[in-house]
Formats: sequence, structure tokens, C-alpha cells
Amino acid sequence: MSFDSFSEFLSMGGHGLYVWLSYALGLMLILINLVGPLRAGKRLQAQLTRRLLREKNR
Amino acid sequence: MADLSTNPATDSRMEHRTLGAGGLFVAALKRDLMLSLRRKSELVNPLIFFLMVITLFPLGVSPEPGFLAELAPGVLWVAALLATLLSMDSLFRTDFDDGSLEQLLLSPQPLFVVVLAKVLAHWMLTGLALTLVAPVIAVMLFLPAEGMLGLMLSLLLGTPTLSLVGAIGAALTVGLRKGGVLISLLVLPLYIPVLIFGTGAVQAAVTGLPLGGYLALLGALLALGVTLAPLAISAALRISVSG
Amino acid sequence: MPRWFYQLASPRWCYQITGRLLPGFSIVALLLLLGGTVWALAFAPADYQQGNSFRIIYLHVPSAILAQSCYMLMAVAGAIGLIWKMKVADMVAKSCAPIGATMAVLALLTGAIWGKPTWGSWWVWDARLTSMLILFFLYLGVMALNSAIESESTAAQASAVLALVGLVNIPIIKYSVEWWNTLHQPATFKLTEKPAMPAEMWLPLLVMVIGFYCFFAVSLMMRLRNEILRRERRSGWVRDLLLSK
Repeated sequence: MSFDSFSEFLSMGGHGLYVWLSYALGLMLILINLVGPLRAGKRLQAQLTRRLLREKNR
Repeated sequence: MADLSTNPATDSRMEHRTLGAGGLFVAALKRDLMLSLRRKSELVNPLIFFLMVITLFPLGVSPEPGFLAELAPGVLWVAALLATLLSMDSLFRTDFDDGSLEQLLLSPQPLFVVVLAKVLAHWMLTGLALTLVAPVIAVMLFLPAEGMLGLMLSLLLGTPTLSLVGAIGAALTVGLRKGGVLISLLVLPLYIPVLIFGTGAVQAAVTGLPLGGYLALLGALLALGVTLAPLAISAALRISVSG
Repeated sequence: MPRWFYQLASPRWCYQITGRLLPGFSIVALLLLLGGTVWALAFAPADYQQGNSFRIIYLHVPSAILAQSCYMLMAVAGAIGLIWKMKVADMVAKSCAPIGATMAVLALLTGAIWGKPTWGSWWVWDARLTSMLILFFLYLGVMALNSAIESESTAAQASAVLALVGLVNIPIIKYSVEWWNTLHQPATFKLTEKPAMPAEMWLPLLVMVIGFYCFFAVSLMMRLRNEILRRERRSGWVRDLLLSK
């Protein structure tokens, strides 16, 4: 552990803003890349299933 | 008959049945030059654009000679680059619209040669013209006289590469209705090395440093472009036209 | 050609195999990224010159590496699609572009944020940041071309050609920009040399790099599966798959 206290960990020796901003952006972009395809996939499957059911029942 | 006379390439092909690569190159070059020379407005448009962009800089930044002289190499090169880009869209457009591009793709002649001839014709009417006009405009930007040779030589070696790379973008977007903006998006990043070495050459010439190295690099880029770009252009044309 | 190469060409086989690989990769990616982040933020020693702002390296370097290798994969997949007319390769190439673009954005943003405490300004026209910006432009070009062409196969072929042209150009751009200006520190990882950092600094970096690759695999497989379903929606196996749910 290279920090003595939690507040020291948060302040990152005065560079807290930069470090935490970077990691927040990193988390956000990674999540976008996972949630985006996941939701697109759900939507696509629902849409395709609806169409198939419509065609089958006709 | 009118159609035939605008198409010297087909004429000569009928006369001598076997057309070598050299003959094909000359025929395609002649045809493209003739077609372009008939449309005078398209011929001068890049030059006018070049002049206008250059005019904007003193107006937008500062008319102070020392400052402009420092800015001149970059401004001249960026303007030349944009002017080439602007004219790129029309390279295959007319041929695509009237169907002669499709004929070209179907013909047994090597596409590599024809494409190279078309790009050369395009360069002669844009890049070469820009190179010849550049010194006049450079004077307006107070580029020192020592820089003129560097400017001319770097443009002479650099603009053909711009035409070759731009032609790839033109070939990829020829089937699209709104290809113009897209071309810039595709091609501009690829222009960066030419821009860097081109301005480097002019700056070296201005400060009296040897510019052989820059010109050699520009020449190397050109050699690479001449050998590889026609392959990419041909492939792109086949994809665009068949799609 | 080995058998798996032909199997890869089958969208159905690809859909099934990615479905089986996805959970494992997700868990590994999650563990590596979480562990790597905690290690990087709390346990790795601070740099003696840059202090704690140095910890940004653990995001900056992996995202930059990923942005570059993603372009490589996109171009290679595009070439395979062009040469062997392999539909799955086209889909892989198409799925790569958005991931690579976001990774380039992340590398640029973290680079800019890191630049503020280190160089004193948010943006410096330094060689490696600039070539990352150009790489981002190349991604944008490929994506724009792909969305501008309506026919899917034409779009895939055209973007493959563009990606290959970009691939030839990347080293040229890289060296020309590097030669144009350099302020940046030399590459952290070189294959031929031992890293200049102490092990407690580069080990978490290695963990993060592998974690980013696993995350890339997860995101790519998810996008690929969507793409397969969308393009194969008329085929029998997709119908059976969807209706059996």
C-alpha cells in the first residue's frame, strides 16, 4: 500500500483530479463499449423474434 | 459521331488492334487531358480556390510581413493540399456518370495503366498548375526568395503523391451521391506525411539548410505511391462500380 | 489451410463458439481490470518525478496499445474478407472500428489529462499524441465510409481497402510525425529490451494490458454476435434459435 490514509489516497498527492478524472473516463468508455452492444443485441433479438412470430402466425 | 470524337482512346484502339501498355497510357492520358481542357471552369477552380485560401490568411491572422513569411510555407502547403482535395471528387465522377468507367473496368486492358494515366492527367491540371502558380502567391506571403526553389521542388514532388492518394478516396466514394465531404475525411489523414516533409523542405530552404533529405523523402513517398496506389485505386473502382 | 479456418467462415459456428467463449472472457476481463486498477491505484509506488499523476499510465498505455492492435486486426480481417470473400471476416472488421475508435479517444483523453500536471497544459503537439489523433481520424474515416455505402458487402469491401491503405500509411505517418516533433518519453514496453521501470510498476501495467485485451475480446464478440444475427436473419438456424427461446 503506497498510501497511509484514505484521504491521502483520494487526493493522490495533489493530482487527485487528474487521476480520478482519467479513471472515470476509462470506466465510462469501457462501459459504453459493453452496454451498447448488449442493449443493441437485446433490441435486435426482440425485433427479429417479433418479426418471425408475425410471419409464422400469418 | 460526337461521342466517338470525344473518345480518342476508343478511336486509336480500333485502328491498331494491339495496344501496348505504353500506347494505352498515352491514349488514356490524351483522352483525359482533352476532356478536362474542354471544361475550362473545372480547370481554373482549384487555382482560384488556392488563391482565395491564401488571401484569407493575411486577413484572418495578420498582414505583418515578418509574421506572414514565417507562416508562408505551412499556409502554401495546406492551401495546395486543400485545392488538390477539392478537385479530387471529379476525377472519376464524369466517367462514372456516363458509363465509360464501367466500360473501362470491363475492357481487357490493365486497369493499373489506365488509372495511372488518369491520375497523371489530373495532376498535370491541378498539382502542376499549383506548382507553377505557387511562386506568385508566395511573393504575396513574403516568402523569402531563397525559399522559392524549395517550394517549387517540394510541390513538384509532393503534389503527385497527393493526387495518387486522393484518387483512392475518389475511387472509394465514386458510387456515392455525396462523396465530396467524405473524401476529405478519408484522405486528409493520409496527406499528413506529405505535408510534414513538404513544409519541412520549404522551411529548410528558407533558413539555408540543405533540402536534399526532404526531397528524397518526398520522392520516396511518391515512388511508394506510384507503385501501390494504382492497385488500391483499381480495387476500389471495381468495388464501387460493382456495388 | 487448417480446418478451423474454414469453420471460422461459417457464421453459425462462429455464433456458437463465441457464445461459449464469452462468459469465460468476461470473467477474466473483469478480474484482471478490477485487480489491475486496484493494484495500479493503491499499491504501485508513485513515480519519483511525476508523483501520483503517473498512475494514469495504467490506462493510457493499454488503451493506446489496444487502439493500435485493433486497427491491425481490422485491416487483417478486412484483407481476409477481400481475398477469401469471408463474411465473418467482414463482420469482425466492422465490429472492430468502434472499439478501436473509443480506445483511441481514451488514449487521447488520458494523454491530455496526464499532460496537464506533467507538461503544464492540456494539449501538447507531441509526436505520439498527434499520431494517436491521426489514428482516430483513420478510424472515423473507415466508419464514415462504412455507413455511407448502403450495400453491406460493398461497404465491407470498400472499408477493407481503406483500412489496408491506412495500414500501409500508419508507419509512415508515425515516423513522419515523430520526426516532426518529439517531447514524449520513449515507449514503455519494447519487445527487445527489459522495461526501464521497476517490476512493481510494470507488473500492474502488464495486468492492465492483458485485461484490456480481454475486454476487447468481450466487446468484439458481443458486437460480432449482433452483426451475425442481423445479417443471417433470413437463415434457418437463426429462426430456430430465436423461436426456441
